[in-house]
Amino acid sequence: MSDTAFLSLEKLTLAYGDTVAVKDLDLSIRKGELVAFLGPSGCGKTTTMRSIAGLLSPASGAIRLDGADITRVSANKRSVGLVFQSYALFPHLTVFENVAFGLRLKKLPAAEIESKVTAGLKSVGLSKFSARKPGELSGGQQQRVALARSMVMEPKVLLLDEPLSNLDARLRLEMRTELQRVQKETGVTMIFVTHDQGEALSLADRIVVMLNGAIEQIGTPEDIYNRPVSRFVADFVGFENIFAVEGGKLKAGNGPIDFSGSLPPDTAGLVWRPRMVTLGSGPFQGTVRGASFSGSTREYLLDSPLGAIKAEEDATLAARETGSAIAFDLPVEKAARLKKFG
Amino acid sequence: MTPRVFSPLVLFLVIGFLIGPFFIIVAASLSGGETLAFPPQGFSLQWVAKVFTVESFRESFAISMLLAIGGTAAALVLGVPASYALSRYKLPFGETIRTIVSLPIIVPGIIVGLALLRYIVVPFGMNITLTLFLAHTALVLPYAVRVVSASLNNLRSDIEEAAVLLGSSRAGAFFRVVMPNIRSGILAAFILGFVTSFNQVPVSLFLSGPGVRTLPIDMLSYMEITYDPSVAALSALLAFMSIGIVFLAERFLGFSRYV
Repeated sequence: MSDTAFLSLEKLTLAYGDTVAVKDLDLSIRKGELVAFLGPSGCGKTTTMRSIAGLLSPASGAIRLDGADITRVSANKRSVGLVFQSYALFPHLTVFENVAFGLRLKKLPAAEIESKVTAGLKSVGLSKFSARKPGELSGGQQQRVALARSMVMEPKVLLLDEPLSNLDARLRLEMRTELQRVQKETGVTMIFVTHDQGEALSLADRIVVMLNGAIEQIGTPEDIYNRPVSRFVADFVGFENIFAVEGGKLKAGNGPIDFSGSLPPDTAGLVWRPRMVTLGSGPFQGTVRGASFSGSTREYLLDSPLGAIKAEEDATLAARETGSAIAFDLPVEKAARLKKFG
Repeated sequence: MTPRVFSPLVLFLVIGFLIGPFFIIVAASLSGGETLAFPPQGFSLQWVAKVFTVESFRESFAISMLLAIGGTAAALVLGVPASYALSRYKLPFGETIRTIVSLPIIVPGIIVGLALLRYIVVPFGMNITLTLFLAHTALVLPYAVRVVSASLNNLRSDIEEAAVLLGSSRAGAFFRVVMPNIRSGILAAFILGFVTSFNQVPVSLFLSGPGVRTLPIDMLSYMEITYDPSVAALSALLAFMSIGIVFLAERFLGFSRYV
């Protein structure tokens, strides 16, 4: 893959003073990809993004973009755009002047600036607002101005910091569509940072899950959602029933449990989503401890020798009574197999 | 007395105490009599007119204006970068620096004035005007830092990073996106500094020399010799000047946000 890498991070280590935020990170991104950095706060995703933008110098390692080593290139000469979480529009300038800011610094002819800004504002649907000040726009509109301001610069990479987190549900869908359209039309390589797995799954071509300053897993949304490799990723994408595996046996509350069939030797854990749990039949016995109705499904909490189990059934089935005994199964063929339990 | 009667009464007394002297000065300055007195005897504008004919008032007014404008400008030249550094970076000893910068407010002016006279002017023979200029700069600096810091704290720092990513240098970002957004804070600091410097008495008390006096000090010495209402007239004019400046500042800048 390295021959097709457009942006690559090599053994990147980032630190704030003595605190190491990201350690020996390797990553390569192809031209035109839409990549999400996903992880909880403090995992190093924003730090990594800031180093790509040039706002933070790496302690060691290298950043290459389009064949050139840009590790020591200053932020204002990198051709990297960044849409800030707070949008960071210039409050004293009109929408038009905000978008024109970078073009004016490039000393382009006035007519060219005019036409680029006009086209940029048109593409985000804000032509009518060019004379307004940022303070007179809604959050969603401000974000689109910030997007246009970065895009008129024709950056090689566009970075977005939590692009959907400040928007309400309706605007979120709108912005998601907008970002996908911009990406398709311009072919710009996009990286966005998010702590929301739903955002990452729905928007990205590829997801980089980060934890404690290192990459936990890289993969397509399907990979991440269906085949998490570690306990952390499994938990993050909604697997509720998480068990360690040692010596081919499931490690549960009351001791190891045998499984029919053998697991590959590198299996460190097995995880099931609530809806993967079979209720009503199976080798295990449990007691219904709680139930909740959520429209299309009913969720149950079971007490069992394996510990607490979360199960889910179609709401069209009859409700199971709290306190009743129930047989259940954790089918191995449905489980996601973890290679790392930690 | 019930609170219903008591609170308006207290309010009235406080306001009377604050504003009353101003009305007394204005009334006294319009007096027709020969000496400073209240209630005024008769009515005339002669004392207001006289103010403009007193040579020493004209000279000391010029010095006070020079100090107020020059000192405040110097304080801003020092104070704006200082505020920027204090608000944007975690400086070693940042809090200490902040405290040192606000010391001139805390140390009594009379001590500053005496110290400057005893340890700077007398031993080194430093020019009085220059000493006054330095003293006023130091005196105004805390206000400059405080007011400019307030408007910097209201300004998100990521707009500078945004400017850099759009191709601006760090310094360029400061002048292109920081300065325009703290302009009204700087103007407010200037006005506050100007008024503070112009009305300053204790520091300037010790720092007067041949032909060099600030206006308030000159008024004090004028009154020691000539007890006519022209001092009241001058006071009233200065008060109107201050009120006018603050009124305009409030009108156009929302001055009270910064003070």
